[in-house]
Amino acid sequence: MGNTLIILRREFSSFFATPVAYVFIAIFLSLSAVFTFSFGSLYERGQADLLPFFNFHPWLYLFLVPAMAMRSWSEERKSGSIELLMTLPISVWQAMLGKFLAAWLVLGLALALTFPLWLTVNYLGNPDNGIILAAYLGSWLMSGAFLAIGMCMSALSKSQVIAFILAVVVCFLFVLSGSGLILNAFNDVLPVLVLDTLASFSFLSHFDAMAKGVIALNDVGYFVLVALVWLYAGRLVIEHKKAE
Amino acid sequence: MISVKQLTKSFGGFTAVDQLSFEVQPGDIVGFLGPNGAGKSTTMKMLTGFLTPSSGQIEINGLNIADKRVAIQQQIGYLPEGAPAYNDMTVLQFLHFIADIRGLGKDKQARIDKVVEQVELQDMLDRQIEHLSKGFKRRVGLAQAIIHDPAILILDEPTDGLDPNQKHQVRELIQNLSQDKIVIISTHILEEVTAVCNRAMIIADGQLHFDGTPEALQRQSRYHKAVTVHFEHLTDISGLTSMLCVESFEVDRRTGRVTLFPANEQDILPLVSHYIQDHGLPIDTLYAEQGRLDDVFRQLTMEAN
Repeated sequence: MGNTLIILRREFSSFFATPVAYVFIAIFLSLSAVFTFSFGSLYERGQADLLPFFNFHPWLYLFLVPAMAMRSWSEERKSGSIELLMTLPISVWQAMLGKFLAAWLVLGLALALTFPLWLTVNYLGNPDNGIILAAYLGSWLMSGAFLAIGMCMSALSKSQVIAFILAVVVCFLFVLSGSGLILNAFNDVLPVLVLDTLASFSFLSHFDAMAKGVIALNDVGYFVLVALVWLYAGRLVIEHKKAE
Repeated sequence: MISVKQLTKSFGGFTAVDQLSFEVQPGDIVGFLGPNGAGKSTTMKMLTGFLTPSSGQIEINGLNIADKRVAIQQQIGYLPEGAPAYNDMTVLQFLHFIADIRGLGKDKQARIDKVVEQVELQDMLDRQIEHLSKGFKRRVGLAQAIIHDPAILILDEPTDGLDPNQKHQVRELIQNLSQDKIVIISTHILEEVTAVCNRAMIIADGQLHFDGTPEALQRQSRYHKAVTVHFEHLTDISGLTSMLCVESFEVDRRTGRVTLFPANEQDILPLVSHYIQDHGLPIDTLYAEQGRLDDVFRQLTMEAN
């Protein structure tokens, strides 16, 4: 645990030593504002909640989180520091977890910095703040699943561009598998059971409930499980091809 | 103690290290020599637990690296080739990070101060590693390798890219480490082996071609115990070269130096100098050769091909 914490600290400060964290947070904040007010019509709906804000999160994360995760291992490979890291007395899992948690904290920070939106709806009306808090937690959990996919893809390649593209593609599949677009397309072809299974793998269907403030154990469990599985896959990748 | 048995590593169809076996005892300062791509770095990467061997065994202080990797890594200090580090950190941040991972606890500050002094990084502590010159980067790499005062130190080309003064410093640093450590360095520079090592290993094509003291390595040279002379002006040397103790000779056309090779490895310097004095030959240079390492190196590694 100690080593994980040390890696976490190093990675976290590295996000702020380079412009990565600042750029990420700035873009995240401005995009979420644009989405919420222009496309989500926060004002026009006349309801004091943040549903329009949270509904866009899967699509925001789809591009922003892979951009954040892409450097985590690719950079280590490229600069050769992976050889240093992997010959220090730490396990691959500690390194993986430390890197993940650091980036996840930055994501959490970005989310927390959207608090002016929360202030706005509280000023304008009388929202259910429990629901909003639950949705924030759900969104942060989901970002962790995106992040784990991104880190696994970053472990695969020393090129950040390749890592980014792979991560976006995989994340896209996870998001899309539950969207109406896919489900309608296969409506006539596939049996309901298969469609339901497909939809149950989707980030969208699990996030939907959480965005409305319902924290169900199976949704939480789903995102935690997805994150762990992808982190574990990333660990295997690193272990088997760390020198390539 | 490091014990390596039948160590093999292949990448696809290419065998980088081929059935390598050797032992290293505390107190040994081993120089790994070999052409590029000979398997030196690959061997070091396996010793430090970065690469997993295709087959064979590595035991370090009684622990097998296959199941006690982290425990072994705690005892090793390693400078990878090119001295990679985290470029976005300052030197001080980086050393703190390594010291934390090494679990130095309350000794941390004292150890950091000590290594900073040892590698003379005092003026660079607040610089980003990215902006350091090659020499300073190498020193940062050395500092992180010795920060926990490891029993085993493995340095992959520690003096590569350094200027002669810096090279001298690094060699002194290695020599000043305590006597009961194991040090393994890889290098292309043959003089480095005679300067710092008490054991030389030549690796080519993934196999061990020589293992002995640097002196033994020099003895392998045909120039070992040869005598080289140079005359002020053109002189008849037929008398010299036909001495009984001289087996053959060689004339360097460019410098005009004459090298006499002894018969039966005997010391011919006294005999030669006597002869020269007796005959009043106009010499301005006379010395015994130690053996030319680059010659031995070529000979041993070309055999491999």
